[in-house]
Amino acid sequence: MTVQSSIINRKSKIKLYWPLIKSTQTGLLLATGIAGYLSAGTRIGLLTLLGMSISLFLAISGSTILNMWYDRDIDAKMKRTHKRSAASGELDHKEVFGVGTAVSILGIGWAISIAPFYGLVVFAGWFFDVVIYTLWLKRRTAWSIVWGGISGAMPILAGRVLAIGHIDLVGVLLALAILFWIPTHTLTFSIRFREDYANAGVPTFPSTYSDTFTRATIAISSMLAALAIGWASVLIGISAGYLRLIAVLTAGLLLLAFATFRVESERVNFGLFKYASLYMLSSMIILAMKAY
Amino acid sequence: MKMSALDRVLLLITVFLSAYQIVIGIDDLSTAPIIAYTIAFGVLLVAGLLLIILGFDVLESPIVVIVSTIIPLTLSLGLVWEHLASYRTGYLIFVLIGFAAVTLTRSITMQNKLPITTIAIVHGIAGITIFLLPIILSMQGVMKPAFALVGIGGALIGIGGLLLSFFKAGKPILSREMILRIFPSLLLLMTICFITGFKFG
Repeated sequence: MTVQSSIINRKSKIKLYWPLIKSTQTGLLLATGIAGYLSAGTRIGLLTLLGMSISLFLAISGSTILNMWYDRDIDAKMKRTHKRSAASGELDHKEVFGVGTAVSILGIGWAISIAPFYGLVVFAGWFFDVVIYTLWLKRRTAWSIVWGGISGAMPILAGRVLAIGHIDLVGVLLALAILFWIPTHTLTFSIRFREDYANAGVPTFPSTYSDTFTRATIAISSMLAALAIGWASVLIGISAGYLRLIAVLTAGLLLLAFATFRVESERVNFGLFKYASLYMLSSMIILAMKAY
Repeated sequence: MKMSALDRVLLLITVFLSAYQIVIGIDDLSTAPIIAYTIAFGVLLVAGLLLIILGFDVLESPIVVIVSTIIPLTLSLGLVWEHLASYRTGYLIFVLIGFAAVTLTRSITMQNKLPITTIAIVHGIAGITIFLLPIILSMQGVMKPAFALVGIGGALIGIGGLLLSFFKAGKPILSREMILRIFPSLLLLMTICFITGFKFG
């Protein structure tokens, strides 16, 4: 009976912690890391790839849990996030902090043990997310998203660094692609859930500037993301067929970005958000194909 | 009308097949047909994705009539470029003028029948080219019999394009519900015909 209740307790703990790592977002960032590694076209070390995946997963999850821990007060004020277990009080906040810290240390430590420079890039991503974005800027300026973006760009750079041992132009372009792609996410959310952010007192682009400015920023950053992916794809030397596919997908992204700029519609805006996610995932798969 | 899960699956398969065709299916052709077919299947791919993401409401956009003209125009251009060398320049001019005419007549408000007539002429010529040319080529033995499937795809795209265009022009041939019900299947069937025809023809 005691063993049974202990298992049930552990299961419910996992159930409560799982949303704290934002599995979809973490999965997508992990995919960018793997794509960054495979894009180099070097010989694939399966153990290295596995170690990279686990260390990245842990580091990203750790930073996300710490973000949830620190933002539990503002999450509790927002309809979209108030049910999160850190915000609702279902989990003890000291425990959440402890788990977030432990998972972070494990992930970054593992990354450093695989390759110190790779570990440094992973740590940079964690630092930009937890310290610069979450602790320092998120509640102060709408421009904090730039630092969130830089943090999100680190996994793909880390993957590339692990494969080739240094930072090259392709790595920088891939990181820029992610950096410019992230605003389509964050800014779309800031328009869609504007009341939530206002209630929580978090400065956003729509509240600080205007919807028009926000939509223009989304459109321009999508175009820059497409440009960076396209340029990186050419430098990586992917086949003509896959280049054609990237060109087609990019054309769709630009069309939607243009529509977002022209038409004042949340629906079109959300369409761009979804398309941009699909675009990024597809691009990552195509870049990863380079390995074969 | 809400899009069903089956509609989404059919559209997703269309998207994957179009991606396959863009990446692998046209690799051994010359530059001009590659560009033409990439645009054709690219429009199909992006249209499929947008339909999945935004639903059938995306068809309400005024840009649909213009975009739906691109597929038959570029597909027929690719076929003419590959198989009717002496008509290349003339057909390219027709494609450019035809597309400009459709864009222009759909962008300016007109009370007369010019927009409908323009669509009918442009779709008609491009559709007949895609329908007849592969069938004739396969019957003459220039291409393998399977190439005729491209013609069948052409017939399907002609039907789809005309249904959409006349619907958007306010003179529907079928009801909106009926068009939307058959649209994903029509797109998939058409794509299968094109890809099979190009691969085995």
